[in-house]
Amino acid sequence: MPALGARYLSVMPSTTLSPRGTTARSTTIALKLLMAVTGLVFVGYLLLHMYGNLKALTGEEGFNEYAEHLRSFGEPMLPHGGLLWIVRVVLILSLIGHAYASFKLWSRADSARRTKYAAVKSAATAKWMRWGGVFILLFLVWHLLQFTIVKISVNPDKQGANVTSNPYELVVASFQVWWMVLIYVAAMIALFMHLKHGVYSAQQTLGWTSSPKAHVRAMTIGVALAALIVVGFLIPPLSIAFGLID
Amino acid sequence: MTDNNTGSSTGLVEGLYSLGAPIEDHKAPAGPIDQKWTRRKFEAALVNPTNRRRMSVIIVGTGLAGGAAAATLGEAGYHVKSFCFQDSPRRAHSIAAQGGINAAKNYKEDGDSVQRLFYDTVKGGDYRSRETNVYRLAEVSANIIDQCVAQGVPFAREYGGLLDNRSFGGVQVSRTFYARGQTGQQLLIGAYQALERQVAAGTVEAFTRHEMLEVIVDDAGDGSGPRARGIIARDLVTGEIETHLADAVVLASGGYGNVFFLSTNAMGSNVTASWRAHRKGAYMANPCYTQIHPTCIPVSGEHQSKLTLMSESLRNDGRIWVPKRREDCDKDPRELGEDDRDYYLERIYPSFGNLVPRDIASRQAKNVCDEGRGVGPVVGDFRRGVYLDFADAIERLGRHAVEEKYGNLFDMYARITGENPYETPMRIYPAVHYVMGGLWVDYDLESSIPGLFVAGEANYSDHGANRLGASALMQGLADGYFVLPNTIRDYLAKAPANKLTEDSPSVVEARTAVEERTQRLLAINGERSVDSFHRELGNIMWEYCGMERSEEGLRKAIDLIRGLREEFWRNVRVLGAGDTLNQSLEKAGRVADFLELGELMCIDALHRRESCGGHFRAESQTEDGEALRHDDEFAYVAAWEFTPPEGGEQEGVGAGMGAPVLHKEDLVYEFIELKQRSYK
Amino acid sequence: MDLTLKIWRQTGPNDQGGLVTYQVSDISPDMSFLEMLDVLNEQLNAKGDEPIAFDSDCREGICGMCGLMISGHAHGPERTTTCQLHMRSFKDGETITVEPWRAEAFPVVRDLVVDRGALDRMIQAGGFISANTGAAPDAHATPVPKPNADRAFMAAECIGCGACVAACPNASGMLFLGAKITHLGELPQGQPERDARVVAMVNQHDHEGFGGCTNIGACSSACPKGIPQDVISQLNMDLRTALKHGR
Ligand SMILES: Cc1cc2nc3c(=O)[nH]c(=O)nc-3n(C[C@H](O)[C@H](O)[C@H](O)COP(=O)(O)OP(=O)(O)OC[C@H]3O[C@@H](n4cnc5c(N)ncnc54)[C@H](O)[C@@H]3O)c2cc1C
Ligand code: HEM
Ligand code: HEM
Ligand code: SF4
Ligand code: F3S
Ligand code: FES
Repeated sequence: MPALGARYLSVMPSTTLSPRGTTARSTTIALKLLMAVTGLVFVGYLLLHMYGNLKALTGEEGFNEYAEHLRSFGEPMLPHGGLLWIVRVVLILSLIGHAYASFKLWSRADSARRTKYAAVKSAATAKWMRWGGVFILLFLVWHLLQFTIVKISVNPDKQGANVTSNPYELVVASFQVWWMVLIYVAAMIALFMHLKHGVYSAQQTLGWTSSPKAHVRAMTIGVALAALIVVGFLIPPLSIAFGLID
Repeated sequence: MTDNNTGSSTGLVEGLYSLGAPIEDHKAPAGPIDQKWTRRKFEAALVNPTNRRRMSVIIVGTGLAGGAAAATLGEAGYHVKSFCFQDSPRRAHSIAAQGGINAAKNYKEDGDSVQRLFYDTVKGGDYRSRETNVYRLAEVSANIIDQCVAQGVPFAREYGGLLDNRSFGGVQVSRTFYARGQTGQQLLIGAYQALERQVAAGTVEAFTRHEMLEVIVDDAGDGSGPRARGIIARDLVTGEIETHLADAVVLASGGYGNVFFLSTNAMGSNVTASWRAHRKGAYMANPCYTQIHPTCIPVSGEHQSKLTLMSESLRNDGRIWVPKRREDCDKDPRELGEDDRDYYLERIYPSFGNLVPRDIASRQAKNVCDEGRGVGPVVGDFRRGVYLDFADAIERLGRHAVEEKYGNLFDMYARITGENPYETPMRIYPAVHYVMGGLWVDYDLESSIPGLFVAGEANYSDHGANRLGASALMQGLADGYFVLPNTIRDYLAKAPANKLTEDSPSVVEARTAVEERTQRLLAINGERSVDSFHRELGNIMWEYCGMERSEEGLRKAIDLIRGLREEFWRNVRVLGAGDTLNQSLEKAGRVADFLELGELMCIDALHRRESCGGHFRAESQTEDGEALRHDDEFAYVAAWEFTPPEGGEQEGVGAGMGAPVLHKEDLVYEFIELKQRSYK
Repeated sequence: MDLTLKIWRQTGPNDQGGLVTYQVSDISPDMSFLEMLDVLNEQLNAKGDEPIAFDSDCREGICGMCGLMISGHAHGPERTTTCQLHMRSFKDGETITVEPWRAEAFPVVRDLVVDRGALDRMIQAGGFISANTGAAPDAHATPVPKPNADRAFMAAECIGCGACVAACPNASGMLFLGAKITHLGELPQGQPERDARVVAMVNQHDHEGFGGCTNIGACSSACPKGIPQDVISQLNMDLRTALKHGR
């Protein structure tokens, strides 16, 4: 800290500024950077995850092989499931960071305007991001309980360990239930909205959009990536629901 | 009460004013004109840096003049208190200047020089400005551009990365630097940022939403005579009347064009700071010198609150006309053939045509409208507007080229009037734009009250009877950045170090006067709103003390103003309280001062029986109706001294002014030869 | 035109305040919005009601003094300042809600008047180039490439009105801030203080209680000078660079 202060003063003439702010790290922009970086980690993960899910189209073998491969990747350098654990740790830390930053900014925004406008044009994007984010989080909790942590089959016709311990079976069984499909479609809508703005927003936060052209490009990338991910994710469940895969 | 000073008193000239001692010396050092400023700076005493912290300067106004002065004096290490009535220093009216700022840089190598800028300014002012000051202005002009660029002012640049400039207002050299149509804004932001930097450094204290209502003039009794030692200001948010003491006071409070109610000035522009100082002994110089700008958007109805200027550059390509016959005035202009149109400027001034100087273009526009040939809506009893037609230009250059050149002005016009200027001709009308008059100052910019300095548009500036376009910004910044810091230093170094406290009699008196005046305004509780008085005053001023004046009209105006002022103090309605934000109260105080200023302007106009600069005096014209100047009689600055009304000071009770005393400062032209203007 | 106006009245910072309904009639479409309020104020004054307090000065869209939330739009439905908004933008018989800028960093002073001192304090924190008077080199000593000069100018057009803050769902001041960072950062003169400036200004921004920016873009749509959102990106970039430089 002292070194930092001295450096600061050496740039500003001493008659000029008594630095009030402290460091770049303590700013809301730094919080945003955290959110952007973690958000992009999620996007990266989602792309991989989506690729894996699409393997379901190749049938049971391909899909389960992939699931297994995930766990054996890097052996013997890494223990079984090692990569997966690294990914999990990164994801968990990112989630904590992301949620921390978003709640912090959220509450900041609330206290930055305590008296609301009587007439206001709704700020839909802000609401989608916050409530959409929370919805995605809830979805994630259910999603993990269902597919990873507990492994629950909601299909009354398909119960038992042979279903729950076979990833392919579990997925197929789940999406034969209509309301499961509904939950996932809803989650994907929320995800689309979140990513559409999020991917653009992350680029803006990282300062990659400092010209009108780059700005438009970032928006396009946002929509394209969000669409790609969501469509990619929706293909397997919908194929199952409509009986293209069983 | 109102007429205790008209007519009867002996010793009064024309029954209106008396003659005082002439002003012999304005303190410019001797020697060749190009060495005077260097010499003055060298001879000005120095103040030890460690002592500066203990010396305080109050600066009223944060426009180009005040903002620049506050920043510079702060950098030097003085303790500066800066005041403005807006919520931020950045909003001072300088922000509205569009065209540009002059500087004798000669970057185009087209023959410009300090000497030429000096010459052009004196000539443009119709030989009614003081040579020494104008020369200095031209001399420091180049430094202004350097300073602003160093601060980051984004002037227009050429592809090579160097500054662009243009010729402006009919001048033959290219010396006007600009930042698109927002030069004033960009220059002011530069000064404002420099000022805020000093606020952060602790040298400048900024008092926003504060209005200065009185200067404190104290006679220490040590033989040094009365001096300005501080101000009384009202905190416009809490209503508190505050006392601020200092070693010197600077007024940079801008122009008073709003005495006309409708002008291109901002709503809050006022004369209060200057007028209060005038009442305390500062002379008011050439108050009737007003500049009227020909290309403003016309009044659209009785509700109009202010006028908007469009750049004069429009006259380069637009043609000005009115219908030949009155009957045609409400017809669609596109239906009138060439034969039905009167391109009156081209007709009367074949060589200059639409590019005649501002004052001539303005006066002729008023003439044709007075004849009943104006166009646009009827406001009052006639149409106030003439056409500025781009049809020819669009045909000649193509719509695209016209759009390139004037697009933003056309857009502004369309937004305000709701008409499309590409389709129908624009309408324009003259409007009050700038005042050359103001508090009298010497070479050091010190008023007739020692320790009270005046800068920017508030002083009777360097522009004589008419100002060149793009020279007001130059003057404001010259005063603020380069002149005042040197001359104030000299004053501070020599000022006696007597102590003044808040309970000194002169301070208490000033403060009580403000409190009583405020209470009085709130207590009248009459029938009429402040605005209605202001509007009526404005009509009187425009009619009789505007572009064209006559003895008869001015006498009538003086009577009308006196009557109006009397009614004001009897019948104005100011609601609300004094201890909160009260915008009616603010306005009332300002209008009360305008009501006094208006009378002095008319007296000044009446006594100056010549046509000169922007002013046409009906009794002084050539055979073919052109302006006639009288150098033998009027080559002087008229500096007016305030006198309280007979029977003692009746401040706050109404018609509180006596017959003013005229002090003449003869204008001696050593370096420039006097000539009559001709544009035929 | 006849209009119904619901206007926020509040006697002082500590008063609760609320919307009050007024009727005005015979409004000319050529009036500016503020002239319409002048007319209303004359009526109120005549009736013995205190006029509505609102800020304005230049009334030509350049000083940044005016600013009202008009039926949910900062500066009203057109992209311009409140003072340059004309009544022809409204329909006869319309109901218009008029509120002050809302942000904790802009406390209400009275009625429609707010205190925007926070914007000045951000400038104080570092929104300048330290160039003492008299120390400047010749203006042509440092050429500035035209694209940089143009972008600096575009950003410098900000009039400090605060509409960006008013319109932002987070009440963030980042557009204002980004405009200043971009203006000074594009110029060679602005380089020596670049890192220090952004760190100090953003800290001051946060300290004033503005919200963080989540790139919504309502600010830019409301900005009468059309300051684009990419100045915020520039701001973020500059802060990230400062972070990299260890500040
Ligand atoms: C529309 C328009 C366009 C113009 N264009 C140009 C141009 O292109 N080129 C050019 O050279 N000139 C131009 N001018 C003229 C020029 O802008 C002004 O003459 C000049 O800016 C005045 O600057 P100033 O510093 O003297 O005063 P202002 O900028 O008017 O500042 C006055 C300051 O005094 C303060 N103040 C006043 N009274 C009080 C009080 N009682 N208490 C506390 N504070 C007070 C105000 O708050 C303000 O800060 C133009 C003028 C107008 C109206
Ligand atoms: C239709 C969409 C989806 C399907 C069909 C799906 C399917 C699955 C399946 C089958 C697993 C278990 C994989 C395994 O253990 O081998 C899994 C794990 C996981 N999914 Fe999804 N998923 C979908 C959408 C999502 C979304 C939108 C997210 C994030 C927001 C997500 C995040 C995760 C995570 C974090 C895991 C845990 C990985 C691990 O074991 O660490 N999934 N998903
Ligand atoms: C805990 C639940 C979550 C909440 C409350 C949340 C909230 C937010 C918020 C408020 C933003 C800022 C929006 C903006 O900048 O305008 C954001 C950005 C983002 N979020 Fe989330 N989010 C959550 C979970 C997720 C998940 C699970 C993903 C990925 C699947 C994700 C991906 C992103 C991305 C990529 C960004 C862009 C980063 C940025 O704006 O700079 N978020 N989130
Ligand atoms: S960025 Fe735009 S909206 Fe914000 S203060 Fe500047 S001009 Fe106003
Ligand atoms: S609306 Fe607000 S969230 Fe950012 S992009 Fe503008 S400041
Ligand atoms: S009053 Fe100046 S911008 Fe509106």
